[in-house]
Amino acid sequence: MNGFQQYFYDLAQEYPRWNFIFFYDPTQSDRVIQGLWMTLELSVICVILSVVIGILGAWLQGAPSKTVRIIVQGYIQFFRNTPPLVQLLFFYFALGQFTPTYSPDGWLEVPIISNVGWAIISLSFFAGAFNVEIFRAGIESVPESTQEAAEALCMNRAQIFRYVVFPLAFRVSLPALNNNLVNLVKTTTQALAIAVPELLYQMISIYNDYSTAQYACMLVLFVAYIVLVGILVFGMNHWERKIKVPGYGN
Amino acid sequence: MTTHNWTPDQPLISIRDVHKSFGDLEVLKGITLDVRQGEVICIIGPSGSGKSTLIRCINALNPINSGSIKVEGQEVNDPKLDKLALRKKVGMVFQQYNLFPHKTALENIMMAPVKVLNEPVDEVEQRARKLMKRVNLIGKEDAYPGELSGGQQQRVAIARSLAMNPDVILFDEVTAALDPETVNEVLLAIKDLAQDGMTCILVTHEMGFAREVADHIYFTDRGVIVEHGPPATFFTEASDPRTQEFLSQIL
Repeated sequence: MNGFQQYFYDLAQEYPRWNFIFFYDPTQSDRVIQGLWMTLELSVICVILSVVIGILGAWLQGAPSKTVRIIVQGYIQFFRNTPPLVQLLFFYFALGQFTPTYSPDGWLEVPIISNVGWAIISLSFFAGAFNVEIFRAGIESVPESTQEAAEALCMNRAQIFRYVVFPLAFRVSLPALNNNLVNLVKTTTQALAIAVPELLYQMISIYNDYSTAQYACMLVLFVAYIVLVGILVFGMNHWERKIKVPGYGN
Repeated sequence: MTTHNWTPDQPLISIRDVHKSFGDLEVLKGITLDVRQGEVICIIGPSGSGKSTLIRCINALNPINSGSIKVEGQEVNDPKLDKLALRKKVGMVFQQYNLFPHKTALENIMMAPVKVLNEPVDEVEQRARKLMKRVNLIGKEDAYPGELSGGQQQRVAIARSLAMNPDVILFDEVTAALDPETVNEVLLAIKDLAQDGMTCILVTHEMGFAREVADHIYFTDRGVIVEHGPPATFFTEASDPRTQEFLSQIL
């Protein structure tokens, strides 16, 4: 045991309610690290996918086809108006039943989409629904006259979107996007309900095994999410400042 | 694209009996006029008389209902019209400047030639810097539109339009949104263009300016051309009561 581990071991001996077991027991540390990685993985993948869904959805909302627009609208209503926890359970238990399985050893039946896969899908679609609305609002904020000027300069629809509408819409959307992504990172904890071994899941498992570790687990959970969300917010704010142009937006 | 047998001695723009409605409201009721190469045309008239609509029809920003608009022989009122080829020839400057707020002045000028015409960046940049000089904006190359005054923005917009090497430029009330003290700098830039032989169509309320630079003045009211003529006679010999009333209010 090194000095760090020894300190927390002694602390637990002296004050049994503050048993930071994962700081001196390697088995428990591994669980925390695995949980942290899983949370990071979920967050990063879902953030990226939800932004892609948002951009795609906002673009499709401007489509000439009414059917496409109705589908996008239906998607938004479904995912925005139902709780993410219910979505996770629905995806995993209801749709999960119908997913094809494969058999790596000829004996076990493994569904092709794991619980982690379902968590990624449902959380990405959940946050994506909000992102569609966020980007749509951004696109609507770009004045018609600015697009007309681009049109008069020989740009076609795709060029106008790429060089004029999107860069402007994105700047307007960033603060709201920032909020939604913070929410998404926090919502990854709900994947606990379908046994995705992310940070909250691991922490609860630890204090179920070692009840004296409950306060310590709670404390570390708070700190972990403050740091994690803090990094995201810091990065997004930095980005926001970096692409801010004088005299546009706030 | 075909040139439709157009030769420079024919009118650059030929407008024949153009009608345009927005819903039930007919804003152009049979407009006919010609613009020759190198000519400066001013269209004046009360608000809502269809002036802006008319020039927006020339580069197909607004489709027309009937009649014919030919730009260098190319019919604009044609469903198969190649709008991009048309707009390459016809530049436009707007009342609200409409610069791209996320790009600097120089980038605003360079964007279309680089991204649309795929011209080499160095060449376009050189040209853009010359244009900045031409509209008297040296030192403002890296300023964003939000950092420029209205008059400066409008001059960038003129340079941006010129960067595409158009054959004609449409000016849609380009000084109407400006502070009085900056109107003049924009008018000077346009006058400089006109004197260089650029074909210009201006919708304007600046009568003094129209009198000074225009080769021909058209007065429109309620969708028709009421009266037209060269400035020397237009302002003194206007015969139609509507023209007289308008001029008496504005001069």
